[in-house]
Amino acid sequence: MRSLINILDLSVEEIDGLLNVADDIIADPKKYSEVCHGKKLATLFFEPSTRTRLSFEAAMYELGGNVLGFSDAGSSSATKGESVADTTKMVCCYADIIAMRHPKEGAPLVASMHSTVPVINAGDGGHNHPTQTLTDLLTIRRKKGKLSGFTIGFCGDLKFGRTVHSLIQALSRYENVKIVLISPEELKLPSYVKKDVLQKKGIEYVQTTDLEAVLPELDVLYMTRVQRERFLSEEEYIRLRDSYILTREKLVKNAKSDLTILHPLPRVNEISTDVDDDPRACYFEQALCGKFVRMALIMELLGIHLD
Amino acid sequence: MHIDSIKDGIVIDHITAGNAMRIYNLLGFDKLECSIAIIKNVGSKKMGKKDIIKIDSNIPINLEALGYIDPGITIDVIRDSVLVDKRSVDLPQTLHGVLKCKNPRCITSCEQELEQIFTLTDKENRVYRCMYCEAKA
Repeated sequence: MRSLINILDLSVEEIDGLLNVADDIIADPKKYSEVCHGKKLATLFFEPSTRTRLSFEAAMYELGGNVLGFSDAGSSSATKGESVADTTKMVCCYADIIAMRHPKEGAPLVASMHSTVPVINAGDGGHNHPTQTLTDLLTIRRKKGKLSGFTIGFCGDLKFGRTVHSLIQALSRYENVKIVLISPEELKLPSYVKKDVLQKKGIEYVQTTDLEAVLPELDVLYMTRVQRERFLSEEEYIRLRDSYILTREKLVKNAKSDLTILHPLPRVNEISTDVDDDPRACYFEQALCGKFVRMALIMELLGIHLD
Repeated sequence: MHIDSIKDGIVIDHITAGNAMRIYNLLGFDKLECSIAIIKNVGSKKMGKKDIIKIDSNIPINLEALGYIDPGITIDVIRDSVLVDKRSVDLPQTLHGVLKCKNPRCITSCEQELEQIFTLTDKENRVYRCMYCEAKA
Protein backbone atom coordinates (compact mmCIF):
# COMPACT_ATOMS: atom_id res chain seq x y z
CA MET A 1 0.00 0.00 0.00
CA ARG A 2 1.45 3.31 -1.11
CA SER A 3 0.69 6.91 -0.14
CA LEU A 4 1.71 10.27 -1.60
CA ILE A 5 2.92 12.69 1.05
CA ASN A 6 5.77 14.54 -0.68
CA ILE A 7 6.34 15.00 -4.43
CA LEU A 8 9.79 13.44 -3.91
CA ASP A 9 8.04 10.18 -2.91
CA LEU A 10 7.61 9.72 -6.67
CA SER A 11 10.48 9.00 -9.03
CA VAL A 12 10.74 10.94 -12.29
CA GLU A 13 9.59 7.80 -14.12
CA GLU A 14 6.54 7.48 -11.84
CA ILE A 15 5.66 11.15 -12.38
CA ASP A 16 5.98 10.73 -16.15
CA GLY A 17 3.78 7.62 -15.93
CA LEU A 18 1.07 9.53 -14.02
CA LEU A 19 1.17 12.38 -16.53
CA ASN A 20 0.85 9.85 -19.37
CA VAL A 21 -2.29 8.38 -17.75
CA ALA A 22 -3.67 11.91 -17.21
CA ASP A 23 -3.09 12.68 -20.90
CA ASP A 24 -4.90 9.49 -21.85
CA ILE A 25 -7.83 10.37 -19.56
CA ILE A 26 -8.08 13.78 -21.28
CA ALA A 27 -8.01 12.08 -24.69
CA ASP A 28 -10.58 9.41 -23.84
CA PRO A 29 -12.45 10.13 -20.58
CA LYS A 30 -15.15 7.52 -21.29
CA LYS A 31 -12.60 4.74 -21.03
CA TYR A 32 -12.08 5.67 -17.38
CA SER A 33 -15.63 6.55 -16.38
CA GLU A 34 -16.30 3.37 -14.38
CA VAL A 35 -12.84 2.20 -13.32
CA CYS A 36 -13.43 3.14 -9.66
CA HIS A 37 -16.98 1.80 -9.49
CA GLY A 38 -17.65 0.67 -5.92
CA LYS A 39 -14.64 2.53 -4.51
CA LYS A 40 -14.90 5.37 -2.00
CA LEU A 41 -12.64 8.38 -1.54
CA ALA A 42 -12.66 10.01 1.92
CA THR A 43 -11.89 13.72 1.74
CA LEU A 44 -10.69 14.69 5.22
CA PHE A 45 -10.33 18.46 5.04
CA PHE A 46 -9.40 19.83 8.45
CA GLU A 47 -9.28 23.32 6.98
CA PRO A 48 -11.40 24.86 4.24
CA SER A 49 -10.29 24.50 0.63
CA THR A 50 -12.47 25.02 -2.39
CA ARG A 51 -10.31 24.11 -5.35
CA THR A 52 -8.44 21.11 -4.04
CA ARG A 53 -11.45 19.46 -2.41
CA LEU A 54 -13.73 19.98 -5.41
CA SER A 55 -11.00 18.76 -7.71
CA PHE A 56 -10.57 15.54 -5.71
CA GLU A 57 -14.30 15.00 -5.54
CA ALA A 58 -14.79 15.64 -9.25
CA ALA A 59 -11.87 13.30 -10.00
CA MET A 60 -13.40 10.43 -8.02
CA TYR A 61 -16.89 10.96 -9.48
CA GLU A 62 -15.49 10.96 -13.02
CA LEU A 63 -13.83 7.63 -12.29
CA GLY A 64 -17.23 6.23 -11.28
CA GLY A 65 -16.43 6.17 -7.57
CA ASN A 66 -18.05 7.79 -4.54
CA VAL A 67 -16.94 10.40 -2.05
CA LEU A 68 -17.50 10.88 1.67
CA GLY A 69 -15.85 13.19 4.18
CA PHE A 70 -15.90 16.60 5.78
CA SER A 71 -14.76 20.02 4.66
CA ASP A 72 -13.65 21.67 7.89
CA ALA A 73 -12.36 20.53 11.25
CA GLY A 74 -15.49 21.88 12.96
CA SER A 75 -17.57 19.07 11.50
CA SER A 76 -15.09 16.33 12.43
CA SER A 77 -14.16 14.64 15.70
CA ALA A 78 -11.02 16.78 15.84
CA THR A 79 -13.10 19.30 17.81
CA LYS A 80 -13.57 16.57 20.43
CA GLY A 81 -9.82 16.10 20.63
CA GLU A 82 -9.52 13.01 18.44
CA SER A 83 -6.00 12.41 17.13
CA VAL A 84 -5.15 12.23 13.43
CA ALA A 85 -4.15 8.58 13.98
CA ASP A 86 -7.55 7.64 15.46
CA THR A 87 -9.51 9.54 12.81
CA THR A 88 -7.50 7.73 10.12
CA LYS A 89 -8.01 4.28 11.65
CA MET A 90 -11.75 4.93 11.79
CA VAL A 91 -11.96 6.26 8.21
CA CYS A 92 -10.05 3.22 6.91
CA CYS A 93 -13.10 1.15 7.91
CA TYR A 94 -15.26 3.08 5.44
CA ALA A 95 -13.09 4.26 2.55
CA ASP A 96 -10.65 2.81 0.02
CA ILE A 97 -8.45 5.89 -0.25
CA ILE A 98 -8.00 9.12 1.73
CA ALA A 99 -7.24 12.69 0.62
CA MET A 100 -6.25 14.78 3.64
CA ARG A 101 -5.73 18.50 4.09
CA HIS A 102 -4.60 19.64 7.51
CA PRO A 103 -3.30 22.95 8.89
CA LYS A 104 -0.57 21.13 10.83
CA GLU A 105 2.55 20.16 8.93
CA GLY A 106 3.16 16.42 8.90
CA ALA A 107 -0.43 15.41 9.70
CA PRO A 108 -0.90 13.46 6.42
CA LEU A 109 2.35 11.60 7.14
CA VAL A 110 1.00 10.62 10.56
CA ALA A 111 -2.21 9.46 8.84
CA SER A 112 -0.24 7.34 6.37
CA MET A 113 1.62 5.68 9.25
CA HIS A 114 -1.68 4.48 10.72
CA SER A 115 -3.67 3.86 7.57
CA THR A 116 -4.50 0.60 5.87
CA VAL A 117 -5.51 2.48 2.71
CA PRO A 118 -3.50 4.95 0.58
CA VAL A 119 -3.30 8.52 1.87
CA ILE A 120 -2.87 11.52 -0.42
CA ASN A 121 -1.54 14.72 1.08
CA ALA A 122 -3.91 17.43 -0.13
CA GLY A 123 -1.86 20.16 1.57
CA ASP A 124 -0.38 20.34 5.08
CA GLY A 125 0.10 23.90 6.30
CA GLY A 126 2.92 25.65 4.47
CA HIS A 127 4.71 22.35 3.94
CA ASN A 128 3.76 20.04 1.04
CA HIS A 129 1.10 20.02 -1.63
CA PRO A 130 2.21 17.30 -4.05
CA THR A 131 -0.98 17.14 -6.13
CA GLN A 132 -0.61 20.86 -6.94
CA THR A 133 2.90 20.11 -8.17
CA LEU A 134 1.62 17.23 -10.32
CA THR A 135 -1.00 19.65 -11.68
CA ASP A 136 1.68 22.21 -12.54
CA LEU A 137 3.87 19.57 -14.20
CA LEU A 138 1.00 18.22 -16.29
CA THR A 139 0.05 21.72 -17.46
CA ILE A 140 3.64 22.62 -18.38
CA ARG A 141 4.14 19.33 -20.23
CA ARG A 142 0.89 19.73 -22.16
CA LYS A 143 1.80 23.28 -23.13
CA LYS A 144 5.50 22.81 -23.86
CA GLY A 145 5.46 19.15 -24.87
CA LYS A 146 8.30 18.41 -22.41
CA LEU A 147 9.57 19.05 -18.89
CA SER A 148 13.11 19.98 -19.86
CA GLY A 149 14.91 22.68 -21.79
CA PHE A 150 12.88 25.76 -20.90
CA THR A 151 13.10 28.91 -18.77
CA ILE A 152 10.53 29.33 -16.00
CA GLY A 153 10.01 32.50 -13.98
CA PHE A 154 8.50 32.33 -10.50
CA CYS A 155 6.98 35.67 -9.52
CA GLY A 156 5.53 37.07 -6.28
CA ASP A 157 5.74 35.44 -2.87
CA LEU A 158 8.64 33.03 -3.22
CA LYS A 159 9.29 32.98 0.52
CA PHE A 160 6.10 31.43 1.84
CA GLY A 161 4.71 29.90 -1.36
CA ARG A 162 4.84 26.13 -0.85
CA THR A 163 3.72 25.50 -4.45
CA VAL A 164 6.83 27.34 -5.66
CA HIS A 165 9.19 25.35 -3.43
CA SER A 166 7.66 22.02 -4.47
CA LEU A 167 7.65 22.82 -8.18
CA ILE A 168 11.30 23.95 -8.03
CA GLN A 169 12.13 20.69 -6.26
CA ALA A 170 10.29 18.66 -8.89
CA LEU A 171 11.77 20.54 -11.87
CA SER A 172 15.27 20.21 -10.44
CA ARG A 173 15.14 16.55 -11.46
CA TYR A 174 14.67 17.39 -15.15
CA GLU A 175 17.36 18.44 -17.60
CA ASN A 176 18.24 21.99 -18.54
CA VAL A 177 15.52 23.94 -16.74
CA LYS A 178 16.58 27.53 -16.14
CA ILE A 179 14.92 29.28 -13.21
CA VAL A 180 14.27 33.01 -12.82
CA LEU A 181 13.20 34.16 -9.34
CA ILE A 182 11.22 37.41 -9.37
CA SER A 183 10.20 38.84 -6.02
CA PRO A 184 10.52 41.83 -3.72
CA GLU A 185 13.47 41.62 -1.31
CA GLU A 186 11.14 40.67 1.56
CA LEU A 187 9.68 37.68 -0.25
CA LYS A 188 12.77 36.11 -1.80
CA LEU A 189 13.14 32.34 -2.11
CA PRO A 190 14.47 31.00 1.24
CA SER A 191 18.20 30.33 1.23
CA TYR A 192 17.71 26.68 2.18
CA VAL A 193 15.78 26.03 -1.05
CA LYS A 194 18.51 27.76 -3.04
CA LYS A 195 21.24 25.86 -1.20
CA ASP A 196 19.61 22.42 -0.87
CA VAL A 197 17.97 22.28 -4.30
CA LEU A 198 19.33 24.78 -6.82
CA GLN A 199 22.98 25.00 -5.83
CA LYS A 200 23.24 21.33 -4.83
CA LYS A 201 22.03 20.24 -8.26
CA GLY A 202 23.92 22.94 -10.16
CA ILE A 203 20.75 24.48 -11.58
CA GLU A 204 21.14 27.80 -13.34
CA TYR A 205 19.07 30.52 -11.65
CA VAL A 206 18.75 34.28 -11.61
CA GLN A 207 17.23 36.50 -8.90
CA THR A 208 15.64 39.80 -9.77
CA THR A 209 13.04 42.29 -8.60
CA ASP A 210 12.16 43.41 -12.14
CA LEU A 211 9.48 41.32 -13.84
CA GLU A 212 9.33 43.38 -17.03
CA ALA A 213 13.08 43.12 -17.58
CA VAL A 214 13.09 39.31 -17.56
CA LEU A 215 9.67 38.69 -19.13
CA PRO A 216 11.06 38.40 -22.71
CA GLU A 217 13.28 35.46 -21.66
CA LEU A 218 10.53 33.35 -20.12
CA ASP A 219 8.83 30.29 -21.61
CA VAL A 220 6.70 29.77 -18.49
CA LEU A 221 5.64 32.38 -15.93
CA TYR A 222 4.39 31.05 -12.59
CA MET A 223 2.58 33.85 -10.75
CA THR A 224 1.74 33.57 -7.05
CA ARG A 225 -0.47 35.40 -4.61
CA VAL A 226 0.93 37.35 -1.69
CA GLN A 227 -0.92 35.83 1.26
CA ARG A 228 -2.46 38.29 3.69
CA GLU A 229 -2.19 35.85 6.62
CA ARG A 230 1.63 35.91 6.38
CA PHE A 231 1.89 39.57 7.42
CA LEU A 232 1.53 41.29 10.75
CA SER A 233 1.02 44.69 9.17
CA GLU A 234 -1.80 45.39 6.72
CA GLU A 235 0.23 48.24 5.17
CA GLU A 236 3.15 45.95 4.47
CA TYR A 237 0.80 43.38 2.95
CA ILE A 238 -0.79 45.93 0.60
CA ARG A 239 2.60 47.32 -0.45
CA LEU A 240 3.96 43.87 -1.32
CA ARG A 241 0.68 42.63 -2.79
CA ASP A 242 0.89 45.33 -5.42
CA SER A 243 4.56 44.65 -6.24
CA TYR A 244 3.80 42.69 -9.39
CA ILE A 245 0.66 42.99 -11.39
CA LEU A 246 0.68 41.27 -14.74
CA THR A 247 -1.36 43.20 -17.28
CA ARG A 248 -2.17 42.66 -20.94
CA GLU A 249 -0.08 45.73 -21.77
CA LYS A 250 3.04 44.21 -20.17
CA LEU A 251 2.42 40.95 -22.00
CA VAL A 252 2.00 42.59 -25.39
CA LYS A 253 5.14 44.69 -24.91
CA ASN A 254 7.48 42.13 -23.40
CA ALA A 255 6.44 38.48 -23.50
CA LYS A 256 7.07 35.66 -25.95
CA SER A 257 4.10 34.73 -28.10
CA ASP A 258 4.15 31.16 -26.74
CA LEU A 259 4.58 32.07 -23.07
CA THR A 260 2.60 29.87 -20.66
CA ILE A 261 1.17 31.81 -17.69
CA LEU A 262 0.36 29.67 -14.66
CA HIS A 263 -1.08 30.45 -11.22
CA PRO A 264 -2.08 27.96 -8.51
CA LEU A 265 -5.13 30.16 -7.74
CA PRO A 266 -6.86 31.84 -6.05
CA ARG A 267 -5.51 35.12 -7.42
CA VAL A 268 -6.10 38.50 -5.84
CA ASN A 269 -4.86 41.21 -8.18
CA GLU A 270 -1.49 39.89 -9.37
CA ILE A 271 -2.94 38.95 -12.75
CA SER A 272 -5.21 41.57 -14.19
CA THR A 273 -8.49 40.11 -15.51
CA ASP A 274 -7.72 41.56 -18.94
CA VAL A 275 -5.07 38.84 -19.25
CA ASP A 276 -7.66 36.07 -18.93
CA ASP A 277 -8.64 36.16 -22.61
CA ASP A 278 -5.05 36.05 -23.81
CA PRO A 279 -4.19 32.61 -25.23
CA ARG A 280 -1.07 32.60 -23.04
CA ALA A 281 -3.19 32.60 -19.86
CA CYS A 282 -3.36 28.93 -18.83
CA TYR A 283 -4.35 29.10 -15.15
CA PHE A 284 -7.91 27.93 -15.56
CA GLU A 285 -6.78 25.13 -17.83
CA GLN A 286 -4.24 24.37 -15.08
CA ALA A 287 -7.13 23.94 -12.60
CA LEU A 288 -8.73 21.51 -15.06
CA CYS A 289 -5.46 19.59 -15.34
CA GLY A 290 -5.62 19.26 -11.54
CA LYS A 291 -8.68 17.07 -11.83
CA PHE A 292 -7.15 14.81 -14.48
CA VAL A 293 -3.87 14.30 -12.67
CA ARG A 294 -5.75 13.50 -9.45
CA MET A 295 -7.78 10.92 -11.39
CA ALA A 296 -4.51 9.35 -12.57
CA LEU A 297 -3.12 9.41 -9.02
CA ILE A 298 -6.22 7.86 -7.43
CA MET A 299 -6.09 5.05 -10.00
CA GLU A 300 -2.39 4.47 -9.44
CA LEU A 301 -2.70 4.33 -5.65
CA LEU A 302 -5.70 2.00 -5.90
CA GLY A 303 -3.68 -0.25 -8.23
CA ILE A 304 -6.01 0.25 -11.19
CA HIS A 305 -4.17 0.05 -14.49
CA LEU A 306 -5.77 -0.01 -17.93
CA ASP A 307 -3.91 -1.33 -20.96
CA MET B 1 42.88 13.51 40.93
CA HIS B 2 41.71 10.02 41.91
CA ILE B 3 38.30 8.57 41.10
CA ASP B 4 37.58 4.98 42.19
CA SER B 5 37.23 2.51 39.35
CA ILE B 6 33.79 0.98 38.98
CA LYS B 7 32.88 -2.67 39.39
CA ASP B 8 29.74 -2.94 37.29
CA GLY B 9 28.80 -0.01 35.15
CA ILE B 10 29.58 2.23 32.21
CA VAL B 11 32.32 4.68 31.38
CA ILE B 12 31.52 7.29 28.76
CA ASP B 13 34.92 8.36 27.51
CA HIS B 14 36.40 10.75 24.93
CA ILE B 15 33.70 13.34 25.50
CA THR B 16 34.69 16.66 23.95
CA ALA B 17 35.76 18.87 26.85
CA GLY B 18 32.78 20.87 28.07
CA ASN B 19 30.11 18.45 26.80
CA ALA B 20 29.78 16.29 29.94
CA MET B 21 27.07 18.37 31.60
CA ARG B 22 25.09 18.56 28.38
CA ILE B 23 25.12 14.76 28.18
CA TYR B 24 24.30 14.48 31.87
CA ASN B 25 21.21 16.65 31.43
CA LEU B 26 20.01 15.43 28.04
CA LEU B 27 20.26 11.75 28.98
CA GLY B 28 18.50 12.34 32.29
CA PHE B 29 21.38 11.16 34.50
CA ASP B 30 20.18 13.58 37.18
CA LYS B 31 17.32 11.16 37.82
CA LEU B 32 19.58 8.16 38.52
CA GLU B 33 20.03 6.86 42.09
CA CYS B 34 23.48 5.30 41.53
CA SER B 35 26.88 7.00 41.92
CA ILE B 36 27.98 9.07 38.98
CA ALA B 37 31.31 10.80 38.50
CA ILE B 38 31.67 13.65 36.05
CA ILE B 39 35.32 14.31 35.34
CA LYS B 40 36.03 17.42 33.34
CA ASN B 41 39.09 18.62 31.46
CA VAL B 42 41.09 15.39 31.79
CA GLY B 43 44.38 15.45 29.89
CA SER B 44 44.27 13.39 26.69
CA LYS B 45 47.04 12.64 24.17
CA LYS B 46 44.51 12.45 21.32
CA MET B 47 42.16 15.25 22.30
CA GLY B 48 44.25 17.56 24.45
CA LYS B 49 41.44 17.76 26.99
CA LYS B 50 38.38 15.59 27.38
CA ASP B 51 35.49 14.86 29.75
CA ILE B 52 34.58 11.46 31.21
CA ILE B 53 31.39 10.25 32.88
CA LYS B 54 31.49 7.13 35.07
CA ILE B 55 28.20 5.49 36.04
CA ASP B 56 28.22 2.86 38.75
CA SER B 57 25.35 0.85 37.29
CA ASN B 58 24.50 -0.97 34.07
CA ILE B 59 21.84 1.39 32.88
CA PRO B 60 20.62 1.44 29.24
CA ILE B 61 22.31 4.26 27.34
CA ASN B 62 20.68 6.17 24.50
CA LEU B 63 23.42 5.77 21.89
CA GLU B 64 21.50 7.89 19.36
CA ALA B 65 21.51 10.85 21.73
CA LEU B 66 25.21 10.38 22.53
CA GLY B 67 26.12 10.16 18.85
CA TYR B 68 24.14 13.32 18.16
CA ILE B 69 25.83 15.33 20.92
CA ASP B 70 29.35 14.07 20.42
CA PRO B 71 30.04 11.48 17.68
CA GLY B 72 33.61 10.78 18.88
CA ILE B 73 32.52 9.30 22.21
CA THR B 74 33.42 5.76 23.31
CA ILE B 75 31.49 3.65 25.78
CA ASP B 76 33.18 1.08 28.00
CA VAL B 77 30.99 -1.55 29.60
CA ILE B 78 32.47 -2.89 32.85
CA ARG B 79 31.46 -6.21 34.47
CA ASP B 80 33.19 -7.45 37.65
CA SER B 81 35.81 -4.74 37.19
CA VAL B 82 36.69 -6.09 33.72
CA LEU B 83 36.17 -4.22 30.45
CA VAL B 84 33.79 -6.53 28.55
CA ASP B 85 32.66 -4.26 25.70
CA LYS B 86 33.90 -1.09 24.05
CA ARG B 87 31.64 0.77 21.64
CA SER B 88 32.09 3.89 19.59
CA VAL B 89 29.18 6.02 18.49
CA ASP B 90 28.65 7.72 15.17
CA LEU B 91 26.31 10.45 14.05
CA PRO B 92 22.98 8.56 14.07
CA GLN B 93 20.76 8.46 10.99
CA THR B 94 17.65 9.06 13.11
CA LEU B 95 16.98 10.46 16.57
CA HIS B 96 14.02 9.12 18.54
CA GLY B 97 12.79 11.18 21.47
CA VAL B 98 16.02 13.19 21.78
CA LEU B 99 15.00 16.54 20.30
CA LYS B 100 11.71 18.39 20.29
CA CYS B 101 10.41 20.10 17.14
CA LYS B 102 10.18 23.84 17.65
CA ASN B 103 7.95 24.52 14.62
CA PRO B 104 4.58 25.69 16.03
CA ARG B 105 2.88 24.52 12.82
CA CYS B 106 4.19 20.94 13.21
CA ILE B 107 1.66 18.22 14.03
CA THR B 108 3.79 17.30 17.07
CA SER B 109 2.97 20.73 18.57
CA CYS B 110 -0.65 19.71 19.11
CA GLU B 111 -0.41 15.91 19.29
CA GLN B 112 2.03 15.57 22.16
CA GLU B 113 1.92 11.75 22.26
CA LEU B 114 3.59 11.49 18.84
CA GLU B 115 7.17 10.33 19.07
CA GLN B 116 9.63 13.08 18.16
CA ILE B 117 11.72 11.71 15.30
CA PHE B 118 14.50 13.60 13.53
CA THR B 119 16.42 12.44 10.46
CA LEU B 120 19.99 13.31 9.45
CA THR B 121 19.65 15.17 6.13
CA ASP B 122 23.14 16.70 5.82
CA LYS B 123 25.93 14.74 7.48
CA GLU B 124 28.64 17.26 6.62
CA ASN B 125 26.86 20.09 8.40
CA ARG B 126 25.16 17.83 10.99
CA VAL B 127 21.67 18.96 9.98
CA TYR B 128 18.72 17.04 11.43
CA ARG B 129 15.15 17.69 10.30
CA CYS B 130 11.86 16.77 11.91
CA MET B 131 10.41 13.70 10.20
CA TYR B 132 6.91 15.22 10.16
CA CYS B 133 7.37 18.86 9.10
CA GLU B 134 11.03 18.81 7.93
CA ALA B 135 11.88 21.82 10.12
CA LYS B 136 15.56 22.06 11.06
CA ALA B 137 16.43 20.96 14.61
